[in-house]
Amino acid sequence: MELKGKTWKFGHDVDTDAIIPARYLNTSDPKELAAHCMEDADPQFPSKIKPGDIIVAGKNFGCGSSREHAPIAIKEAGIACVIAKTYARIFYRNAFNIGLPIFESPEAAERISEGDEVAVDVEAGIIKNLTKNESYQATQVPPFMQQIIAAGGLINYVAERMKNGGRV
Amino acid sequence: MGMTITEKILAAHAGKDRVVPGELVNVRVDLALGNDITAPVAIKEFEKIGVDRVFDQDRVVLVPDHFVPNKDIKSAEQAKLMRGFARKHRLTHYFEVGQMGIEHCLLPEQGLVGPGDVVIGADSHTCTYGGLGAFSTGVGSTDLAAAMALGETWLKVPESIKFVYHGEMPEWVSGKDLILYTIGKIGVDGALYMAMEFTGPAMEKLSVDGRLTMANMAVEAGAKNGIVPPDEITRRYVEGRAKRPFTFYASDPDAVYSREYEFDVSKMEPAVALPHLPENVKPVSQAAGIAIDQAVIGSCTNGRMEDLREAAGILKGRKVNSNVRLIIIPGTQEIYRQAMREGLFEIFLDAGAAISTPTCGPCLGGYMGILAEGERAIATTNRNFVGRMGHPGSEVYLSNPAVAAASAILGRIAAPWEVK
Repeated sequence: MELKGKTWKFGHDVDTDAIIPARYLNTSDPKELAAHCMEDADPQFPSKIKPGDIIVAGKNFGCGSSREHAPIAIKEAGIACVIAKTYARIFYRNAFNIGLPIFESPEAAERISEGDEVAVDVEAGIIKNLTKNESYQATQVPPFMQQIIAAGGLINYVAERMKNGGRV
Repeated sequence: MGMTITEKILAAHAGKDRVVPGELVNVRVDLALGNDITAPVAIKEFEKIGVDRVFDQDRVVLVPDHFVPNKDIKSAEQAKLMRGFARKHRLTHYFEVGQMGIEHCLLPEQGLVGPGDVVIGADSHTCTYGGLGAFSTGVGSTDLAAAMALGETWLKVPESIKFVYHGEMPEWVSGKDLILYTIGKIGVDGALYMAMEFTGPAMEKLSVDGRLTMANMAVEAGAKNGIVPPDEITRRYVEGRAKRPFTFYASDPDAVYSREYEFDVSKMEPAVALPHLPENVKPVSQAAGIAIDQAVIGSCTNGRMEDLREAAGILKGRKVNSNVRLIIIPGTQEIYRQAMREGLFEIFLDAGAAISTPTCGPCLGGYMGILAEGERAIATTNRNFVGRMGHPGSEVYLSNPAVAAASAILGRIAAPWEVK
């Protein structure tokens, strides 16, 4: 699968309060959350993005709270994937669990400028910068997490295992 | 080659003799925790799995604490959904308003978590229980849903970083200051995916409250867990309180650490983390003078008895500055009652402070003390991100309770010795 879109660039340590401020956490409705996606980092973000756009960020993306509402807001806002130098660990797990594709590539995070068009080969983890005519390799996803993705998320994976005797 | 305490706990819960960093393991979970923000999402995911019961009704704990007592209609709906689930599944440990507390103050107090446990919680500050020598870590709602069904979760065994604290703690320096300086040293991703092991002579003298505060903020350095080797101080705290048997683990002398840091605490003064990251740490004397509008004393980081006593010691016989709102939030009903019995409420009320029922409230900008644009707070909480306590144009400074209390009196960031 290829994800192709225009990039929006953010800095280091984008925290989950910036991705979805807690004042909106009195709901878990994905549409309501999406309407405030990245609001405290860029108030215009929800209105200026188009479906298929891609977020590019620096180190430690998604640090802070465990709120799954953060990747949910990004996914529901129509962002195709996130590319970052590194991720905070809970955000990393959550993104896989809810089916938001994320890629870790220090080189891509460094080289991509806001507005660049990129195409991501999801399976191979290859990120092509169509604007700059460059290519970057994302870090390999651990095999176990690939199984979760292949099953269609953690819940499907667990449901399947429960049918087969109840243990992961 | 020896193992660290974190590796030993994970090995025991994975049914293995040993584990090594980087290894993926399925571990038995002693307790799975959710709150009124994360549990509603977890419950919806749990119901998709297609099982009709949780793995153990004694080991799934739900605590409404973030937006309760319900702050608005939507929050009320979330709390209602969670309450309904707790009743349907006959959960032993659901804590209603009036019995509840801030989850990470409540669970240790109630003896629901203990040394040697593996605990996961859909709240990033679940790492708090490392203060008792448990492995505990925050996860998202979907991971919680899976654990509620299976009683297991998958984890990557983390590498460990060893922190050794030497020396006598000076007056006014607390566990909060040690962890702030530590985060200041390594940065907000300095321990990304790793275990932070807090050791040394100064740790051996630190109270359980102080240790819980330190482990609580391990996530602020990106860590998977923070952990303090359990000892006699731990034993005195958990005996008579623990609802399940507990096990003391200790790191082997030849355990392998990816890095080691040493700190001399005897030369420290209280710390303040400036906006907008917990790593922006300065000694209080370098932050003193910044005018504040609000002071908050409470949260899962510093809402325990020792914290309230520390604040009361500063506030006794003094008045909160007329430009400052001081909000004090005891962490649990028990702490609330104890503070009242000890006469701390008289001191707080005489000083002109507001005392709240237990809630996470202002720490995450939920309610009970939201900041307007341009306002500035000093808080004993754990995060000072943009907009954390309210308007994106407001600011939060993190400190220990004594500094927050002294600042409330002087109307500006102040060291405790400026008022004592």
